[in-house]
Amino acid sequence: MSIRTDLLSLAATGIALAVAAGATPASAQESVKIGLILPMTGGQASTGKQIDNAVKLYMQRKGDTVAGRKVEIILKDDGAVPDNTKRIAQELIVNDKVNFIAGFGVTPAALAAAPLATQGKIPQIVMAAGTSIITERSPYIVRTSFTLAQSSTIIGDWAAKNGIKKVATLTSDYAPGNDALNFFKQNFTAGGGEIVEEVKVPLANPDFAPFLQRMKDAKPDAMFVFVPAGQGGNFMKQFAERGLDKSGIKVIGPGDVMDDDLLNNMGDAALGAVTAHLYSAAHPSAMNKEFVAAYKKAFNSRPGFMAVGGYDGIHLIYEALKKTGGKTDGDALVAAMKGMKWESPRGPISIDPETRDIVQNIYIRKVEKVDGELYNVEFATFEAVKDSGKTKK
Amino acid sequence: MSASNDVSTSAMASGRWRISEVVFWVLVLACPLLFPSRYLIMTDILRLALFALSLDLILGYAGIVSLGHAAFFGVGAYSAGLLALHGIINEPVIALVVAGLAAMVLGFFTSFLVIRGVDLTRLMVTLGIALLMEALGERFSNITGGTDGLQGIEMQPLLGMFAFDMFGKTAFWYCLIVLFLLFLLARRIVHSPFGLSLRAIRNNPLRAAAIGIPVNRRLIAVYTLSAFYAGIAGALFTQTTALASLDVFAFEKSADLMLVLVIGGTGYLYGGLIGAVVFKMLQEVFQTITPQYWLFWIGLVLVVIVLVGRARMHRWALWLPNLVIRRLAGRKAVVVVPESDAS
Amino acid sequence: MTTLFTILFDGVAYGMLLFVLACGLAVTLGLMNFVNLAHGAFAMTGGYFCAVLVNQSGWPFFAALPLAFVVSAAIGVVLERSLYRHLYTRSHLDQVLFSVGLVFMSVAAVDYIMGSSRIFIKLPAALEGQIDFFGVGIGRYRLMIIVICGLLTVALQLVLARTRFGSRLRAAVDDPRAASGLGINVPQVFAFTFAFGCGLAGLGGALSAEILGLDPYFPLKFMIYFLIVVTVGGSSSITGPFLASLLLGIGDVAGKYYVPKMGPFVIYTIMIVILIWRPNGLFGRTATR
Repeated sequence: MSIRTDLLSLAATGIALAVAAGATPASAQESVKIGLILPMTGGQASTGKQIDNAVKLYMQRKGDTVAGRKVEIILKDDGAVPDNTKRIAQELIVNDKVNFIAGFGVTPAALAAAPLATQGKIPQIVMAAGTSIITERSPYIVRTSFTLAQSSTIIGDWAAKNGIKKVATLTSDYAPGNDALNFFKQNFTAGGGEIVEEVKVPLANPDFAPFLQRMKDAKPDAMFVFVPAGQGGNFMKQFAERGLDKSGIKVIGPGDVMDDDLLNNMGDAALGAVTAHLYSAAHPSAMNKEFVAAYKKAFNSRPGFMAVGGYDGIHLIYEALKKTGGKTDGDALVAAMKGMKWESPRGPISIDPETRDIVQNIYIRKVEKVDGELYNVEFATFEAVKDSGKTKK
Repeated sequence: MSASNDVSTSAMASGRWRISEVVFWVLVLACPLLFPSRYLIMTDILRLALFALSLDLILGYAGIVSLGHAAFFGVGAYSAGLLALHGIINEPVIALVVAGLAAMVLGFFTSFLVIRGVDLTRLMVTLGIALLMEALGERFSNITGGTDGLQGIEMQPLLGMFAFDMFGKTAFWYCLIVLFLLFLLARRIVHSPFGLSLRAIRNNPLRAAAIGIPVNRRLIAVYTLSAFYAGIAGALFTQTTALASLDVFAFEKSADLMLVLVIGGTGYLYGGLIGAVVFKMLQEVFQTITPQYWLFWIGLVLVVIVLVGRARMHRWALWLPNLVIRRLAGRKAVVVVPESDAS
Repeated sequence: MTTLFTILFDGVAYGMLLFVLACGLAVTLGLMNFVNLAHGAFAMTGGYFCAVLVNQSGWPFFAALPLAFVVSAAIGVVLERSLYRHLYTRSHLDQVLFSVGLVFMSVAAVDYIMGSSRIFIKLPAALEGQIDFFGVGIGRYRLMIIVICGLLTVALQLVLARTRFGSRLRAAVDDPRAASGLGINVPQVFAFTFAFGCGLAGLGGALSAEILGLDPYFPLKFMIYFLIVVTVGGSSSITGPFLASLLLGIGDVAGKYYVPKMGPFVIYTIMIVILIWRPNGLFGRTATR
């Protein structure tokens, strides 16, 4: 009755092909290899794209040779899934013999790769993920993006000092969101403010409407919002649709929700939102103007804070290589990065020699219309802000 | 009495090992020697193969479609993760079995919901169960770590002797041995009278019931077994990557699994194994060529496979190997198309 | 109390939207017995097409909406004639494989052409904000959705029940062989119905950009919702999916409002319970296929 079944030989050929296809011979150490692991597909794809763009732009402008060695980028897509990140990082280190791993769109991805950086003694440059604990997970991690503690503590202080008494919070339910919430709460309540409603929304959530209705019913003075880069547009649309913009409830938060990448499409509802963040495309410096113009010309869109994280990340790699004279010893590279200071499109930044985390200015900005387009216009600056979210020793 | 004897004789006859099967496993063994730098992706393939094998047990042998197999994978993964994280069971092999049993318990209780209804209903009920598990994981994020997953899992050495290394060597052999043992068990089961009765149910549940097969009990049994397999696959995942996050329950995981199995062919144990190899290979190749748009090419391959026809595809793919086998071993050893595709 | 009405109103709007998006799938699945998981891809096409017309070519929103319908329907008919037609007789597994393949291709293609960021359609000012109706906040855009979708539903019901085409379609579905014996051109009826379903999806896609957000992953993200609507509603009439959509919409919105942490939990539990209770959906046929 049953026909005997198998496709064994096919399978064997298949295995052979599968393995051969991925196998790249480890070439001699002529070029410096950077494994760039980003979410290029899936919900976080826009983050990956911005960073990839920025890295390309930097190399286009500064050339692909540094300290006499060619720089080679190996771009891999992890879809923001941590087990992919881990496998890709492992393969990049073991098979491709990369000298750096970089990128990391989300916190779990950065954490998954951390033990590998330690084991392989490979510098891990975090260009996006923003939870404080990341840099504590490996002595080889250096971050060029931001931490949520930096912006959330500052907006917390600002809100308490500027007549905001009651705040409802809406944050994405994952590590960065919880960081943002906790640090905001800590500083805001210390300044005399009150949290009247606290809602955590699932990370992958297209419909904010019911949550926003809860916010509206709580009748706060302002609403503290953290959603990851890419979701801000959707949030603001529904904020306006619910008539919250007319009800006098202000939007405050770390600047992720007002990502430059999306800001201009959010409509006038976004006007007046006050956020604290590391970068605005409207940052008034010559360097930033040039950066924004070049980015717009190359990719036909506005750079957001993720792009700046990537731009500075690759800059850091270049500078570290210059310092070591092209040597790629992991310890030497990390040592070279510690304490490095430079001028970025976002303003002056440096790497904290103790925590290897970024030290940067945090700006308080308000969304305004400039030449018919929406921009975050900076009106106050807190200089050289360190990450306050590190474990107290 | 004699009837049952006949059944077991015929079952035993069909259960004999053939040359091609031996060749297959020898080739699998040769892989780590041929590609010593690719342990990680090979481990990935092995885990996926075991997971696909578990789906094949219900889809290919009992005709239960499931779009929620990730539920069991996830329960296995989290059980293994929690056991290791809190140091409840430090020995990975014992933890593996315990995690499999945990998934099995869930499988047993949900099987009563699944055996009702037609294909589409089953599809949605299984999917619903997986989504429920995901929602539960999100709700109790104090236990599961929510979207961030379990952090800080450290695996103890296997049997106290073999530590998991960075190159994935231990993990590979561990997965391979587990896969092989479970494969042997599955092979034994599907060639037993029990396995034959499942096929009778798949082909025609009414007729099967008429000849005295306890349809529902058999379906519950195989569903529970399949959940155990999926749980083991999940536990292997956590143990070899030291990760467990809500992604283990994701719909994409169940959907990909379905693709894997359908590509490889349902209703014969090697289908899942082959599907896993082909699927991962395609993914790897396309991702290397275009990290951003690889999904397009995978999609195109799927469409082409269907338009050309899976059966014809398998025939083409087998043409060369068959020629070789025919030369070497004579007519009898020729490899044929799986039964589900021949119909 | 007024909040309750607002929630209900939002839920109804959401449900109506889901209905327009999914009813084409109910047709292909229930009537033609074809598992078309690529249904969301047609919705996405309509949405993006509308967005390009409005944002880049400066079309008025209401003029672009019908075009979203037409374009999706046209693509639907081309694909039906060239590809889908050959697969009606194939196994469900083949159909799943094929339509998932199409989804993957559409996702990557849209990502390539339009970028991976979420896009929005510029709305006329008249549709923005809320109006206050005896203290109940009513979103103008959602109100428009309810009106458009409500009219569509009534029209659909009338076409199916009262017109010659409706009776042909019902005949073709109940017994294709007898129908073709009576001189009904069954393939033509199917092609037309398929295209119409795709068109509705395209229209739904354009309408949903504002509420659900439009990005290349739309077809994958909402595939589950469409399936829930069709299975819970049953596929023998359009009343079933319609009620199921409303139930899902209201359940989802209310669940998220009253028990934010348990939101998805509510939906999936309801779905499983209904399917256990009535395996063929609320209004399913009694006989299994």
